[in-house]
Amino acid sequence: MTVRTEPIPGATGTSVPVARAARWGRWLAGAIALLVAGWLAYLVVDNPNLHWDQVAGYLFDPRILDGVWVTIEISVLATALGLVLGVAIAVLRLSQNPVLSGLATLYIWFFRGTPVLVQLIFWYNLAFLFPELVLKIPFTAIGLKWDTNQVMTGFTSAMLGLGLNLAAYFAETVRAGIQAVDRGQTEAAYALGMTPAKRMRVIVLPQALRIIIPPTGNEFISMLKTTSLVYVVAGHDLMTNASQIYKTNNLIMELLIVASLWYMLMTAVATFLQGRLERRFGSEAVRLVRSGGLSARLLPKAAA
Amino acid sequence: MNAREAGPERRQDRRQDTRPGTRTDPRPDTRGPGAAPGEPVVLARDVRMGYGGVQVLNGVDFTVAPGEVSCVIGPSGSGKSTFLRCLNGLEPVLGGSLRVLGEEVGHTLRDGRYHPWTPKHFAAFRRNIGMVFQRFNLFAHQSALDNVACGPVHVLGLAPAKAREQAMEQLERVGLAAHAHKRPHQLSGGQQQRVAIARALAMNPALMLFDEPTSALDPELVDEVLEVMRGLAADGMTMVVVTHEIGFAGEVGDWLAFFADGVVVEHGRPAELLADPRHERTRAFLSSVRAGKTPA
Repeated sequence: MTVRTEPIPGATGTSVPVARAARWGRWLAGAIALLVAGWLAYLVVDNPNLHWDQVAGYLFDPRILDGVWVTIEISVLATALGLVLGVAIAVLRLSQNPVLSGLATLYIWFFRGTPVLVQLIFWYNLAFLFPELVLKIPFTAIGLKWDTNQVMTGFTSAMLGLGLNLAAYFAETVRAGIQAVDRGQTEAAYALGMTPAKRMRVIVLPQALRIIIPPTGNEFISMLKTTSLVYVVAGHDLMTNASQIYKTNNLIMELLIVASLWYMLMTAVATFLQGRLERRFGSEAVRLVRSGGLSARLLPKAAA
Repeated sequence: MNAREAGPERRQDRRQDTRPGTRTDPRPDTRGPGAAPGEPVVLARDVRMGYGGVQVLNGVDFTVAPGEVSCVIGPSGSGKSTFLRCLNGLEPVLGGSLRVLGEEVGHTLRDGRYHPWTPKHFAAFRRNIGMVFQRFNLFAHQSALDNVACGPVHVLGLAPAKAREQAMEQLERVGLAAHAHKRPHQLSGGQQQRVAIARALAMNPALMLFDEPTSALDPELVDEVLEVMRGLAADGMTMVVVTHEIGFAGEVGDWLAFFADGVVVEHGRPAELLADPRHERTRAFLSSVRAGKTPA
């Protein structure tokens, strides 16, 4: 808020100073809030049952650092899988073909309708349904065969489970992005002689993705923390490794604090990157959505 | 427009009179492979169209011969834009016959029946028809140059370097070579519309459609767009122009049609129709436009 500090000229030609407004209510509310927050922090920090030396000791434990690295790996790979698959499902969802769009809707419903935890355990235990994974040319012996339990490690089932789940959510984001692209773009593409597929690939998707990119940062930040669920399938991520340590030494609170500090650091870095992403694409996204609308009519005047 | 035989000849005469030095040789026949000799570029007979219980076109008869400029005026909601969009298949024709560039739009006659076109057939058909929209509809993520090169590269399969070279020539033609690398939002409305015209011309179309090309422009930007269209007409381009610019229609149009309630109420030579309209509705519309009111 801008407050006037420059003196106001008085009637006699002298300048009269401006007093600062007293905001007692604001001071009081701030003080109470600070007091409550400080008291809660004090209860935790000064707790005799909490061993801060152990927190510091485990913060850079090799197992914790390994876990951090695995968490980053799973997050990046699962997000990549989710984004690529999500675009494909969104395009199918918008297809004129009722079977394709119906199946895409079913996929989205299924993966949004079941808990991630259930999906993770399902993939981890896939061997109960298919003891072997076979990839071969039908009616021949040519092909490849894997033992399901060797393929579906904690890491791969985590990546699959989280990636397929994100794809369902992301497909809806992409669909909104595609539908936000001005209808005139499609008409211009058709008028030039493009087929529907070419219009999607050359004209609509490049614009839709610019609209979608900023929210993907959010998906990634959310993914960083969802990976902690992986500890049910022993994915050796940060949470799994932290839990394995506290199961042996019973320093539960200390190791949760260690894990939380790392999660917060990763989130802070991701938030910083997201901010840059939004600055890079955000303003452009606004332009794309409203092209042909009010802003497009106002902008040329500003530019001219 | 049954006097269409007289159109091109009259047009040639006028060009020689008014624009010495412009091309006077007859335009090569670009009516497409399916056209019978002497068939008009556009031949609409009793074209009907509607959606959701609303009848938009109630039997439109309309003819455009090669090299002619046909202007279409009428109140909003009269179906003139819908009819224009039928010409390149952006809207479906639901009754009557619409032949454009020698093809029945949307259907092909085979084994005694008309079969609906595939999206691919629509795409191939539209390559020969340029369209300019009221709101420009430039591809927002591409530079002016890439907008113009887009069709040749992605539709005709031209090498990008070659297409950009030709695109630059098209931009020079509309006087925008200096702005080739700007994005649409960095251009004024008039400049955007000129890029849109260049984009359509880059496909070397046999027919150009204009859907109220100056209606979204600030008044001081209208002339630069009309000037480009005048040049096109002088070069012998076949054009159908839906417009509110009565002056432009009178000056450049070979024919003028007045649309109301989904039919052509009146058509004729622009000078005669504008000076002495026969129908009351035409008279009312023209006087309201001349009074500067928004045509309604």
